[in-house]
Amino acid sequence: MDTFPKLLMRHARERGARPAIREKDRGIWQTWTWRQFADEVRLLAAALAAEGFKRGDHLALIGDNRPRIYAGVCAAQCLGGIPVPLYQDAVATEMSFPIQNAEIAYALAEDQEQVDKLLEIQAQCPGLRRIYYDDPRGLRHYDQPQLMSYEKLLELGQAALARNPGLVDEEIAKGLGNDTAAMFFTSGTTGVPKGVVLTHDALIDRSRAVAEMERLGDEDVVLAFMPPAWIGQNIFSYAQPMVAGYCICCPESPETVVNDMREIAPTYYFAPPRVFEALLTQVSVRMEDAGALKRWLYKYFMAVAKRVGTKLLEGQKVNFLERLKYGLGDLVVYGPLRNVLGMSNVRIAYTGGEAIGPDLFSFYRSLGINLKQLYGSTETSVFVCVQPDGQAKADTVGPAVAGVELGFTPQRELLIRSPGLFKEYYKNPEATREAKDAEGWFHTGDAGYVDRDGHLRIIDRAKDVGKLADGTLFAPKYLENKLKFFPYIKEAVAFGADRDRVGAFVNIDMDAVSNWAEKRNLAYSGYTDLAQHDAVYELVAGCIEQANADLAREPELANSQIHRFLILHKELDADDGELTRTRKVRRSFIAERYGSLVDALYNDQETVHVEAQVRYEDGRTGTFSADLKIREARTFAPAAAKSAA
Amino acid sequence: MSDALLEVRNVSLAFGGVRALSEVSFDVRRREVRAIIGPNGAGKSSMLNVLNGVYHPQQGTIRVENLEFRDMDPHRAASLGIARTFQNIALFKGMTVLDNIMTGRNLKMRCNFLQQALWLGPARREELQHRRAVEEIIDFLEIQHIRRTPVGRLPYGLQKRVELGRALAAEPKVLLLDEPMAGMNLEEKRDMCRFVLDVNDQLGTTIVLIEHDMGVVMDISDRVVVLDYGRKIADGTPGEVRGNQKVIDAYLGVTH
Repeated sequence: MDTFPKLLMRHARERGARPAIREKDRGIWQTWTWRQFADEVRLLAAALAAEGFKRGDHLALIGDNRPRIYAGVCAAQCLGGIPVPLYQDAVATEMSFPIQNAEIAYALAEDQEQVDKLLEIQAQCPGLRRIYYDDPRGLRHYDQPQLMSYEKLLELGQAALARNPGLVDEEIAKGLGNDTAAMFFTSGTTGVPKGVVLTHDALIDRSRAVAEMERLGDEDVVLAFMPPAWIGQNIFSYAQPMVAGYCICCPESPETVVNDMREIAPTYYFAPPRVFEALLTQVSVRMEDAGALKRWLYKYFMAVAKRVGTKLLEGQKVNFLERLKYGLGDLVVYGPLRNVLGMSNVRIAYTGGEAIGPDLFSFYRSLGINLKQLYGSTETSVFVCVQPDGQAKADTVGPAVAGVELGFTPQRELLIRSPGLFKEYYKNPEATREAKDAEGWFHTGDAGYVDRDGHLRIIDRAKDVGKLADGTLFAPKYLENKLKFFPYIKEAVAFGADRDRVGAFVNIDMDAVSNWAEKRNLAYSGYTDLAQHDAVYELVAGCIEQANADLAREPELANSQIHRFLILHKELDADDGELTRTRKVRRSFIAERYGSLVDALYNDQETVHVEAQVRYEDGRTGTFSADLKIREARTFAPAAAKSAA
Repeated sequence: MSDALLEVRNVSLAFGGVRALSEVSFDVRRREVRAIIGPNGAGKSSMLNVLNGVYHPQQGTIRVENLEFRDMDPHRAASLGIARTFQNIALFKGMTVLDNIMTGRNLKMRCNFLQQALWLGPARREELQHRRAVEEIIDFLEIQHIRRTPVGRLPYGLQKRVELGRALAAEPKVLLLDEPMAGMNLEEKRDMCRFVLDVNDQLGTTIVLIEHDMGVVMDISDRVVVLDYGRKIADGTPGEVRGNQKVIDAYLGVTH
């Protein structure tokens, strides 16, 4: 079973009546069994073949997690074609690069919104010949010849299968493990995106290694709520279910995820840290509004959980009284809380893609949720390191998964050799050579080391690890993460390479800070206004000073304490190019765009005037100006911090 | 007899000495978006209330398809397939979105009180069928995430959307919208415009709307009636109306 279509057909035979995909539609969870899913895929593949889709062709898929989008992925693979999922929230211009680069002629779009974007870039992408759409709403009057509805497409499939019933199965049989299975465009923190080419072998090998390690089976259930164009989502809601036979559930809409999660109660869960963070913020905000008794219970039992919850999960010894208290807490607080979060049945929860704050990490673990970290990227078919049960530490990402070899360059850059490595960057041999050397080592670009227990620890991006003017280590992302771990700070950008000290931009977390402001009767008119409040500066300065105190305790990093900061007038936004689609800060872009602000951090100005172009959602632009305050933050001498702590 | 679905002829309405409408005539064609505009106090809402049967005109007739009436009453309007929304939202604040929209199905329910109370077979089947219709509307208006939320807790823009949903639940032939965009921000207005156009396009519902926002009116209407001091001063496509001197005078004021 070396390709996904073959795996699908096996599931259809072996567990044909078990659920493969559920989707909430019109308020009811609708189930597709493995047999139904396989039939749909076969029909769709036949239709694509009738449309002229050939071995090696690319099919773009643009939409949310929908059964039909995943059927499209597999249908393309049946014919030896290559599915290319694109981010559904990308703006039209961002889509034109992948479509041109991969010479995409066929696209399956979810709805009018996506169709509109594709039509908008038609001029730049004349090769895009066919656009199929799932939801016909609003498209009735579109008469572009390249458009066709999904229903119509299936009819073509029926006709094609009637002529030649074995059509698709013959094509599936021709597929080989080292054929390309899929292509994912990395968002790229710098430069243009690159198409990462992954084979069936790579994806299946990695999916299987972790499925075996975690004993995943067809009883498991996953809620698919991250963009399908993200490799993480694709592994969890396509590759791994194909290997392990579990069921994935598609939420009704992005707004209903929390509710759908509670209804489905998944057993296996994967989300980047920011999702866990958002959930925790919601809980904290709601607890602050609760009655006095509830607040007291929550506070008391969360303190118990903090003391012993993690130990219990790791199977360590805990005395009887504490055990009893935890049991009681489980009854009145942790259990209900897990239920509200939809995590009552979660057996394995992963987080990855970014560093997770230690408090955040232990919050979930102390509730009895088996949250673990993993490390990986698109180029490695995700799974490189995974924390095994009972060995989850906040500051590492666990030991290498079976089959993976880790290595390091003298500059501490992490190297990986694994059966899950990508084949190449599409049509970019130069980048491929740079990333993958002659001996098959993939240069991750991350700096880190392996600790005494064999767990990998990542510090920062290797190229971002710089030096301050006095030659001490400067790891911007490490600092930014430290700040982001405070609930009031949403994003941070640290500067300091080749400078004598470190300065930072901060984005406040609107949810948390507005709630905080409300409690203090602080009036504000919007983000910009709130951000420039003296009290808010005070609040953020407090966070930064705590981080500084922490840093002072780490000899290597004590010099990179943050001296001055300002709160930005707007939230950093992927639409403005300031973040990647996976919400990573694009530091150099920001430094360039806000050059005058960076300069102001390093001279003695108290305020700085900013005039910015803002782009509204409908594409219009406007200008905006404000005076931003700059503040000093207290720093600590390395020795003094010890006595203060 | 054109393809008009609704026709108003020579309608005059007075409250004591105040003339709200004087001899107003216009028609509404099947599947069109028809706007009624005019400055404050021009008689727009009065006109809608006449169509809906809340006010009874002293003079004139109203024709709906082949039936002609001296005046309308709300229950008859509803059974003829005329539904409406209100300028000041009139929902049941304590009930959920789902239940509010369900009330819009009221006229379609056939089972009697006893059958419903005892949850007999026909009542159960009927309930399921109505629930499906309501779910279609929830899907159509993209309000799945607030299905179970009490309406009183929702922001204004969403309440307006729910109200539209309740009107749609009656599967109306004609939908009367009284200032559907009033008090909304730009984004909410844009959403609402899209929903109104989708209702018109996908469900084939004829729409009569009153609106203050001229941009909206000119964008989404097929034809516009302009009222001023209770009289019709213009009637035509947005382009025609925009260039009409009387309309410009009415809106910008003119020295007499």
